[in-house]
Amino acid sequence: MQGAIDDEDDESRADVSGEIRLPATLEGTTGPVPASAEIVIVGGGVIGLSIAYHLAKRGLTDVVVVERGYLAEGASGRNGGGVRQQWSTEINIRLMQESVELCRRFAVDLGVNVWFRQGGYLFLARNANEVARLEKNIALQNRCGVHTRMLEPKAALDIVPELNLDGVVGASYNPSDGILFPWPFLWGYARQAAAYGVRIFTQTPVGGLEPIEGGGYVVHTPRGAVRARRVINATGAWSPKLAEMIGVKVPTWPIRHEICSSEPLKPFLRPMVSELASGLYCSQSMRGEIVGGVSLPGHGSTYGMGSTLEFLATYARRLVRLMPVLGDIKILRQWAGPYDQSPDGNPILGAAPGHPDFFLACGFVGHGFMMAPIIGKLYAEWLTGSEPHEIFGRSQLARFTDGSGAQHAKEDFNIG
Amino acid sequence: MPGKIVLCRCEDVTLSDIEHSVSRGYRDIEEVKRYTGFGTGPCQGKECLAVVALQLAQITKQNPSAIPPFTSRPPLAPTPLKLLAKDPGAHRFPDDLGDDEGEA
Repeated sequence: MQGAIDDEDDESRADVSGEIRLPATLEGTTGPVPASAEIVIVGGGVIGLSIAYHLAKRGLTDVVVVERGYLAEGASGRNGGGVRQQWSTEINIRLMQESVELCRRFAVDLGVNVWFRQGGYLFLARNANEVARLEKNIALQNRCGVHTRMLEPKAALDIVPELNLDGVVGASYNPSDGILFPWPFLWGYARQAAAYGVRIFTQTPVGGLEPIEGGGYVVHTPRGAVRARRVINATGAWSPKLAEMIGVKVPTWPIRHEICSSEPLKPFLRPMVSELASGLYCSQSMRGEIVGGVSLPGHGSTYGMGSTLEFLATYARRLVRLMPVLGDIKILRQWAGPYDQSPDGNPILGAAPGHPDFFLACGFVGHGFMMAPIIGKLYAEWLTGSEPHEIFGRSQLARFTDGSGAQHAKEDFNIG
Repeated sequence: MPGKIVLCRCEDVTLSDIEHSVSRGYRDIEEVKRYTGFGTGPCQGKECLAVVALQLAQITKQNPSAIPPFTSRPPLAPTPLKLLAKDPGAHRFPDDLGDDEGEA
């Protein structure tokens, strides 16, 4: 059994006579939502649940989370679980240093095993431009205290002896990057948030948002309406649709990214390996599976989550070239998830212009999972009275219309 | 009932694991799959899906017909990477040009 490893095994087990204890984490699927809440978070993905947990931990427990489907149904349950500090902008590097620290403590703080493993990230360059890009990033990362280093191709063999280095001219390696198993991360946040009093409703789509005179919104669902003092849009790729309900235009769009998983193998691959040329990435999970993907160009905006042979063939072609020894391993399954693509590659946070009670937490371009631990913490600190972290100032929606975004570096290292 | 009742042999998921998942509130079959890992091994649910769905129906007091199967994922059977790598539909990146061994 892979996931449900938690710290109160026997007492919480169902009575085998058939009588099941009341759900400890989620509300049932039929009862009504509460009539009011200080904060309603829309979206039961990692961003929404991280915010909910941190709010509750800081004492703001009058929080309701509504999720259209099941927890982790969207991108939070469909990603590769990578957690890295190798970014190209200082703010992302520094935020991810804090996220990694939170991941290291997650099992202790949240009481669930998320199978976090710091095996490093190895990026491979196949031409001088890519090397220059990595070197520029490394200089910035080193200034921030991340110990990434540039490697000659043959030094990469010390880390992954199975690599075929034909055409590889350089590599960057940071040993403290890592991977985790996404699903238990959500269960951990959900369970602890619920223990503090947050109420989490799955199978509860939002049908409408009705502004209340004087502030707040009535959040309409098939299970009744919640009068919310504040609403947080944490719906990932679906953020433009929710914002549209109150006439707010969020300029992100959904991009389907595919991913696949192999049969389990004895542990042999320490780091996440990625090549810049194709966006190929792969890592070995704690279950032993090789999990990875590759970038396919030419697919426009879509909520479709179908799988393609083109993806599998492209991934296989690139991966077998890079690690010929993997040719005989078998792919067990492939799936897809939506990136919430923002125009400048940076997230959108804070209240929408003219809507001081409607908060955005979207536009993470496929990297919301690794950002969620620190973003949820900073968001909760701000909403409970602390000064906002600088990420909120520079991530405002208004930057796309008032030109203020131009003063900040565009993140260009959204790989994979 | 004494002893373990194994429902998913690939991933060693027992009846008690399914009950535990439901007791936590994870009762949708997609959630049960994720919470217990059933159906994620080599058979991808071909052996265990029906029996888990039936048990889930009993535990949650639903008619089995109310429980749809979880989304089935390609490939149909475990497929070696080297076979997939030969598919002509693979996207070519700039550095792939001239790299085709024996392909037209």
